[in-house]
Amino acid sequence: MSYLQYTVKSAPSGPGKILFLNWPLIILLCAVAGVGTLMLYSVAGGSMMPWAEPQLKRFALSLTGMFMVAMVPIWFWRNISLLAYLIALALLVAVAFVGVEGKGAQRWIDLGFMRLQPSELVKITLVMVLAAYYDWLPMSRVSRPIWVALPVALILIPVALVLKQPDLGTSILLLAAGGVMMFLAGVHWAYFATVILALGVSVFAVIESRGTDWQLLEDYQYRRIDTFLSPDSDPLGAGYHITQSKIALGSGGWTGRGFMQGTQTRLNFLPEKHTDFIFVTLAEEFGFIGAVSILGLYALILIFCISAALSNRDRFSSLLTLGVAMTFFLFFGVNIAMVTGLMPVVGVPLPLVSYGGSAMLVLMLGFGLVQSAHVHKPR
Amino acid sequence: MRHPVRENAESLRQITRRSLILGGTQAAVIGVLALRMRFMQVDQADQFRLLADENRINFQLIPPTRGRIFDRNGEIIAENVPSYRITMVREQAGDVDAVLARLAQLIDLNPDELERARRELRELRGDTPVTLADRVSWSTLSRVAVNSPALPGVLPEVGLSRRYPARGDFAHVIGYVGPVSDRDLENTDAPEQLLRQPRFQIGKIGLEAQRETLLRGNAGSRQVEVNAAGRIMRELDRQEGVPGADLQITLDHNLQAFCHARMAGESAAAVVLDTDNGDILACASSPTYDPNLFVRGISSADYKVLLDNPFRPLPNKAVQGIYPPGSTFKMVTALAALEDGKVSLNETVYCPGHMTVSGRRFHCWKRGGHGNVDLHRSLRESCDVYYYELALRTGIEKISAMAERLGLGVQFDLPMSSVAKGLAPTKEWKQVNRSQPWVVGDSVNSAIGQGFVLASPLQLAVMTARLATSRSVTPRLIRSIDGIEQPTGQGDDLGLNENMLREIRKAMFAVSNSDRGTAYRARIVADAFRMAGKTGTSQVRNISTSERADGVISNKNLPRTQRDHALFVSFAPYDAPRLAVAVVVEHGGGGSTVAAPIARDITLQALFNGDPPLDAYPAAERPAIKIQQEQLRRARPQADAEAKDRA
Repeated sequence: MSYLQYTVKSAPSGPGKILFLNWPLIILLCAVAGVGTLMLYSVAGGSMMPWAEPQLKRFALSLTGMFMVAMVPIWFWRNISLLAYLIALALLVAVAFVGVEGKGAQRWIDLGFMRLQPSELVKITLVMVLAAYYDWLPMSRVSRPIWVALPVALILIPVALVLKQPDLGTSILLLAAGGVMMFLAGVHWAYFATVILALGVSVFAVIESRGTDWQLLEDYQYRRIDTFLSPDSDPLGAGYHITQSKIALGSGGWTGRGFMQGTQTRLNFLPEKHTDFIFVTLAEEFGFIGAVSILGLYALILIFCISAALSNRDRFSSLLTLGVAMTFFLFFGVNIAMVTGLMPVVGVPLPLVSYGGSAMLVLMLGFGLVQSAHVHKPR
Repeated sequence: MRHPVRENAESLRQITRRSLILGGTQAAVIGVLALRMRFMQVDQADQFRLLADENRINFQLIPPTRGRIFDRNGEIIAENVPSYRITMVREQAGDVDAVLARLAQLIDLNPDELERARRELRELRGDTPVTLADRVSWSTLSRVAVNSPALPGVLPEVGLSRRYPARGDFAHVIGYVGPVSDRDLENTDAPEQLLRQPRFQIGKIGLEAQRETLLRGNAGSRQVEVNAAGRIMRELDRQEGVPGADLQITLDHNLQAFCHARMAGESAAAVVLDTDNGDILACASSPTYDPNLFVRGISSADYKVLLDNPFRPLPNKAVQGIYPPGSTFKMVTALAALEDGKVSLNETVYCPGHMTVSGRRFHCWKRGGHGNVDLHRSLRESCDVYYYELALRTGIEKISAMAERLGLGVQFDLPMSSVAKGLAPTKEWKQVNRSQPWVVGDSVNSAIGQGFVLASPLQLAVMTARLATSRSVTPRLIRSIDGIEQPTGQGDDLGLNENMLREIRKAMFAVSNSDRGTAYRARIVADAFRMAGKTGTSQVRNISTSERADGVISNKNLPRTQRDHALFVSFAPYDAPRLAVAVVVEHGGGGSTVAAPIARDITLQALFNGDPPLDAYPAAERPAIKIQQEQLRRARPQADAEAKDRA
């Protein structure tokens, strides 16, 4: 459906739009950000600096950004989708040349007032461009090979660039989010089955070839895979993070050690406690109840997003909302699976809780799009 | 572009279907995560809580203060002094090079040490303290402490280190401590964690090693909460250890120092025993060395000097050196024969200057012979043939049994390193150890303390003390432990015939006081302090028949290592014995000329508790003694002053 079909009567306009915002969703987002600030206050040993206060300011900025995006009609966003995608791609290329090294990987562009992480920007623009693509593409062509190859290219280009940085976590996220977008748009399930089968076979081949004369990878690469998959084999090196993380988590018990009483995080046993591993601090201090509560908050956010998407008859809006929700889900799902030892450590932050500017800003802008779709939906 | 409405509705249905599938998947994943949390936080919580506490709580040992050692007068001879060092923790320093450069402007850093420190800073873990300078002065330490804001990561540390203020005077007896080596750890069955503490010192030799557990004490411990870098956040619990016991030994520093000064320049040993209770008043081995060198780890150059010294400063000759006792053994042979009834007190034996036993000729030291000799004269003039005869009559078994009764061939249980057992040979011993049968010539040799007989100076002093008191005096080194008096070595009656012993003592008195005695020149003339003794000269080479014919080469004309050992044993005062002394001078020549004067000087020093008046000496010797006393006095305060200076 194109924006030509909207009538002025059917969409709210002016300041009155504010009433049509998805307020429960905004309250949930603020609640999660509040928990994040609390945890950052705790890991700093009961201090607003150096993390809680900047994080709060950034959240305020991001929230403002979300409102601004929400006020702009959704068709505007659809029309600039391709442009936004190309700009993000250009920034990703640029980062390889003028990027600032952070933790051994080139990820940032210094804009003076803030450091921009183009790979974060790509997450949201990829969702946008795919939603716009499937909004434009007639249903009958969705599963035709040539029309499948195009979005695959749209996904793989940024994935390859991000992988080169190297940032494994983000590239997995991009791949998954893109795949899900295609799945939602109705691409025939046989494509997904084929890809999954091919992946399975190649992993099987790589593992099986080990030690034979047609070995596909070098020995050191196998060893690296080993420590990646079972960090326990290297408890002071790669396994240190995850071992300490599990100890801190487990020692939380039912109700936790109490606010600011988490010994493992407070005594620095836990690395990256204010970024990727902040969930562990929460689980140690507030226990099982606290951990399940934050999971519940995330689930509620998902539910509100999905129900908003299902009640929206605009294809672009619907796909976009589901895409943002999916990205959000991938963030926290991978992060929690990682710190609980269900998945290898890949470096994905806990959305809205982990300390970090770009990820929060981009995610909130994404929710801005969700709000815009909600406000401007056909009535 | 417009889409037909039907198609749009179809596509929305598709999205709805697929998003419900996806929503279901998401719900499943969230469910799995929640279950995982439940498993870890509820089912396995106890196990993880335990791991967390192990992580966080660290046990630390508090090393105990090592027990001090005092001499019999309460003078400290092994003490613990603060030792200052400067360390650096890389993690806290930040820019290591900049901090080191600032530190170098402040204090002198040894370039070699600095090179090693830099290497360790590079290679060791970031939280390990690396020593930049060890044993620095208080002023250096305070300079670093005052400037600590400019020196992040640089820590002034205070520890305790052993010091021996008397330097060489007790080196052989109390030994020294040193850093724990890998070998020390291997030798302990269950190495205490304490031994693995950096810079921990343990006894390496001597009393320090023999009474290690007593001196070491028990480590305390404290429970501290640490962070991941190992830094202490707070102390949770503290258990004080038990400091090591203070030991008081029986040695007298003044006398010990005098012995060393008097024997300076000789390779010699002297032992002074209190005959009343067996206290070892002096136990000197010359030359000596400075044990403080070993505490800080001796340099290979210094160690080589000690090893290459032909006078062998390292072993404790007084207890671990074993020598043929020579004529000092004759009292043993005499008592064995008397006890066995093989000879009577007045019976005489004719000495023609030699004796032939199973085809071999045994000579008396006096070529012309002594003529008719009874017991008294045989000891006074040290006739050899008399004892050859006694050996033939008595046999080696009786002689060795008597030797052991008097303390020869017996290992005393003393806390010193390598206390020698010596040897009182028997027929069985020779069969087992030499795989040869005992021949009568061996008995003849043994009767005059040659051949297989071996004894340490300590054993000779014990023998003399037993002869002087008729009691089985046992040597004692530790007088008290933490103020608790230890059992003395007074000993029970030996069960020997007192008449015979009196005759032996009388003969020993004559050795030193009759103008025909072998040690007449080294006598004491003060009546209350008269000395009784016995000379000994033990041969260290064989004298061939041709040499005998040409005249035995005198010691002066022999290389040092072929000269005879000079021995002298004595007790004093004769009327009421208080001291037993044994002196051995390696390759010194004759016992009467070399060893006896040393023993006399030591005896007088001990009896007067300082320099004796000159009229205790024979008139003719007084001018020479006066000079000698002044020389020794000059030599000793110097050493004292040096020791004080170091402190």
